[in-house]
Amino acid sequence: MAGRARSQAQAVVRVEGLTKRYGSVRAVDGLSFEVYEGEIFGLLGPNGAGKTTTVECLEGLRKPDQGSIRVLELDPWTQGRTLRERIGLQLQEAALPDRLKVWEALDLFSAFYPKARVADGEELLARVGLLEHRDRYIGKLSGGQKQRLFVALALLNTPELVFLDELTTGLDPQGRRAMWRFLEELRARGTTIVLTTHYMEEAERLCDRVAILNQGRLVALDRPERLVERLAINRRLDLELAEASASEATLNALQSDLERVPGVRRVEVGPDGRISVYGRGERLAVDVLGALLDRGVRVERFQMERPSLEDVFLALTEEA
Amino acid sequence: MRGLGKLTKTELKLFLREPEAVFFMLVFPLLLLFVFGGIWGNEPSPYFHGLGFVDWSTPAYMALIVGIAGLVGLPVTVAGYRERKILRRLRAAPVSPLTVLGAWVLVYAALTTLGALLLIVAAKLAYGLRVPGDPLKIALGFGLCTLSFLAFGFLLASVSRTARVANITGLALFFLMMFLSGATVPKQELPETMQRLGAWLPLTHAVELLQGLWLGEGWGEHATALLVLSGVLIGSAALSAKLFRWE
Ligand SMILES: Nc1ncnc2c1ncn2[C@@H]1O[C@H](COP(=O)(O)OP(=O)(O)OP(=O)(O)O)[C@@H](O)[C@H]1O
Ligand SMILES: [Mg+2]
Repeated sequence: MAGRARSQAQAVVRVEGLTKRYGSVRAVDGLSFEVYEGEIFGLLGPNGAGKTTTVECLEGLRKPDQGSIRVLELDPWTQGRTLRERIGLQLQEAALPDRLKVWEALDLFSAFYPKARVADGEELLARVGLLEHRDRYIGKLSGGQKQRLFVALALLNTPELVFLDELTTGLDPQGRRAMWRFLEELRARGTTIVLTTHYMEEAERLCDRVAILNQGRLVALDRPERLVERLAINRRLDLELAEASASEATLNALQSDLERVPGVRRVEVGPDGRISVYGRGERLAVDVLGALLDRGVRVERFQMERPSLEDVFLALTEEA
Repeated sequence: MRGLGKLTKTELKLFLREPEAVFFMLVFPLLLLFVFGGIWGNEPSPYFHGLGFVDWSTPAYMALIVGIAGLVGLPVTVAGYRERKILRRLRAAPVSPLTVLGAWVLVYAALTTLGALLLIVAAKLAYGLRVPGDPLKIALGFGLCTLSFLAFGFLLASVSRTARVANITGLALFFLMMFLSGATVPKQELPETMQRLGAWLPLTHAVELLQGLWLGEGWGEHATALLVLSGVLIGSAALSAKLFRWE
């Protein structure tokens, strides 16, 4: 969706040259990007790419080795506590005492924030689908239910900016979709969201922009659909011709004709009048079908395989 | 310090739900009382300055309660919270370390007080406990011992990687101190080297201070103990402020 004028949008997160080492491991290596007010910003990357480290530097939980970070105009490391009053965070790894009850957790954390910021706990629980479990011990919740509780806790202080580190990991498909709708609502209310995920459909559906990290470096940053276009991954167009047009001679002639259509890279002719065309560009399907029509060939069926963010991700983060 | 009250209440509630965590602290001193009280009774004797064995032991067992809280209870709780990544989640909210520390000090101070009261009531009912000293002074002395050992416990928590390490270290320190402090075996019965070793242990000074105040002696007669306990308090607090880790 996106659709908001970027030109006036404020950067709520500014990162420049962020570097963080653990011993000899460069977890994050010279990372720069901005997150604009009101967008959903996705951080993608393979395991160990540095997503969590980056997010935790932004939250003021880790001290960067180099680089400058401003979050809501604050320095997360030196002004962390002030910052954490205004932001919400769900950590990839965290826990609460087993013998604490769900509602008690919300009650406890409410006490840590200025009163004016604290949201209605019951309403939050209802929103993440935990209301019926409000009196249960946290130790007795399933993994996905715990995850929902931590998301509720992240939103308890009606944050201007939320960081969600793998928020839908462990959620069932319904839960995941409910969470997506919830995040879209939050965005509509003006909350800025930074999330990490391993689910490409999630990033494609939710994120206004995504950054792809690999080994601590930024390898791509754009709107998901632009990334897909720009990477110009081959698309595949599968065609099935009407029987009359499928004689072997016609097929062979067609193959060389189609190979001359702009954007086409390769044409495979199969048995029974099936043709697969590989090529690039938005107009690939239109041009190929046009060429077939010009030659009076009747097409029974066609199917276009769209490249997805997953293809982009795999292409950009392939092991060297 | 926002949230201190709520965090303290929550932690107390958690202890009530998991009483086995404080069982040792509340029950071990009672066990000592009934075993040794059963053996020696509480007849006045010149050996205990005209008091009975139980009169002499009760303040020492109060020191043991403080010892268990500071050497075992607090460090195991805090290291466990860190190990299970609960501290991480607390820190993710804008909680100051002082709030977390404050809540635990309050909770453990409440528990040691409860332990001491249980012990005193049991000794009174079973052995007719005598209290020659000023109860207010005894309470103040007990408070100082508690703070001092809890601060030391926070230091142990800061340097222990896991709850298991904290538990082993804490128990070893506790039993060492228990036997050498004069809390169970009267100090004058120990060989001289052991007595000199004992003088280095903070629990020895806690026992001495509480026994002295119990007998009705003044602060001045226990200046060394006061100095050592305050030193442990300040030193541990300063060190753990530097060494404390959320994760
Ligand atoms: N506390 C730590 N100590 C040492 N090394 C660490 C620590 N945390 C992370 N690392 C290393 O830093 C690198 C980046 O880790 P990070 O957790 O940021 O990756 P990630 O992108 O979040 O991965 P995942 O998708 O698995 O969550 C990894 O090589 C990891 O082994
Ligand atoms: Mg991660």
